Amino acid sequence: MRFRAKIVDLACLNHFSRVINTIAKLAKTCTLRLTVSKLYFILSDKVANGGVGMWCELNQGNFFDEFQMEGVDAEHNEIYLELMPENLSRALKTAQNANAVKMKLTNKHCPCLRVAVELPSLSSSSRIVTHDIPVGVIPRRLWNDFREPSVPDFDVSIYLPVLKTMKSVVDRMKNLSNSIMIEANLSGEMNLKIETDLVCVTTHFKDLGNPSWALEDGCQSSQDRDPESMAEARIDIRKLQQLLAGQQVNPTKALCNIVSKRVVHFILLHEDVSLQYFIPALT
Amino acid sequence: MPLSAQPPGSAEPYLLTASLDNARHLSSLLRAVHFQDHATCFATVNGLRVTVEDAKCVQANAFIQAEIFQEFAVQEQTVTFRINLSVLLDCLTIFGTSSLPGTSTALRMCYRGYGYPLMLFLEEGGVVTVCKINTQEPEDLLDFDFCSTKVVNKIILQSEGLRKAFAELDMTSEVMQITMSPDKPYFRLSTFGNAGSAHLDYSKDSDLIEAFHCNQTQTNRYKISLLKPSTKALALSCKVSIRTDAQGFLSLQYMIRNEDGQICFVEYYCCPDENITEEM
Repeated sequence: MRFRAKIVDLACLNHFSRVINTIAKLAKTCTLRLTVSKLYFILSDKVANGGVGMWCELNQGNFFDEFQMEGVDAEHNEIYLELMPENLSRALKTAQNANAVKMKLTNKHCPCLRVAVELPSLSSSSRIVTHDIPVGVIPRRLWNDFREPSVPDFDVSIYLPVLKTMKSVVDRMKNLSNSIMIEANLSGEMNLKIETDLVCVTTHFKDLGNPSWALEDGCQSSQDRDPESMAEARIDIRKLQQLLAGQQVNPTKALCNIVSKRVVHFILLHEDVSLQYFIPALT
Repeated sequence: MPLSAQPPGSAEPYLLTASLDNARHLSSLLRAVHFQDHATCFATVNGLRVTVEDAKCVQANAFIQAEIFQEFAVQEQTVTFRINLSVLLDCLTIFGTSSLPGTSTALRMCYRGYGYPLMLFLEEGGVVTVCKINTQEPEDLLDFDFCSTKVVNKIILQSEGLRKAFAELDMTSEVMQITMSPDKPYFRLSTFGNAGSAHLDYSKDSDLIEAFHCNQTQTNRYKISLLKPSTKALALSCKVSIRTDAQGFLSLQYMIRNEDGQICFVEYYCCPDENITEEM
């Protein structure tokens, strides 16, 4: 098992840092899966995670200038590591003006992801700051736990409103309630609602648009549904707030799929990164 | 906004209806008196008054007169209710607090009367938020009875003169002492904290003082924890009037200009902690 990678381009480095910052906001611990062409940050929807699931995919070619990976064996040319993204985020904070950042999987005393940041220096020798981030190697027999979640059989799929507005509203609602109801229909309408003994607040978004999903047999699952009928799910407001707080750059596409009373599946697409986030409905 | 004042077939008419093109005209003033969770609202034909009290020793009032609103109608002489001010502020600022140029939140407020919730309709950029806030029985409030005939000493200052002093108050001092006198030191603010005592003097000839009417030397102390919240009102204001009566009760009146240049008032009343009135 070997892994070595290098980023030299400052824009790529900053972009990568932003992605790691977003992941760090969403998960305390997560799985990093490395393949020849991609990196994945995965949180599987176990009860221990509060039922929240995350799947973030990056094309390594868009970020790294050098990328060498040798998996556990020839048949399974991948590496699965458990790590705390906050550690990686902190290491990258020191790399804001770096000449280069090198990453390497090492196992001196225990498995670590060694991040070496080469900083500009006035003298002829360069300054290097090294961070050793402890990682856990996930054995192959457990890899099935981290498969890509399938898109659920949703009731309504809808584009999200401007994230800045959604974030302001959710930030305020969080002061008033622990849970929030998301409802949406196929007429491009979404409502965010909170209801407590003290106060009820509902925010109405219109004209959001509904993405069309083509199924394998060529028809759209939602054709029979009454366009005005709302699909709804009540979720933990902090989880929604964390998702919105982590978005440092506006995504190219942002949408959510609602399975009534079961789960809300968020999909946020940027040019080089796709992020899926599953928030289960509260019972 | 496409919302009529009286929804068709409604049980009772609204006792209070008000509209504001810019909700910040209301929310910024309410924040200046937000030092307790609960407030009592009084609506009359003159406008809205929101009162917050603490420990039966300090009272703050925010006045938003009817002319500030685009529409303000009351169906009774006084409409009164008690409400959770923290919740009200979260609702009024639901679209955020940053003021981007050209954007503002439009507000419509409706109240049907005793036992009914306060309804807020807020709109920004085509997005509408509806809030229903439960109201409570109004409680008895203190009447400081501060009329001009009882005023012993009065000073009107430009707020910028006091802002730094209030922002840097030594909070390890239990009290703030205010001395007002026709003779030196004229106007003095003092604190007595862990590091020692601090005095800040303003001469009556200072450019910052717009009016100086002191008849008697008075030194009064007020619990600093009760006065500290008034810093919010001071920060918003352009002018402040400081008045005391024979018992040492303090009245601070702040003149606040909103984004459209309209004038509103916030006042703080405070009981003295110890009464050390020196008479000449």
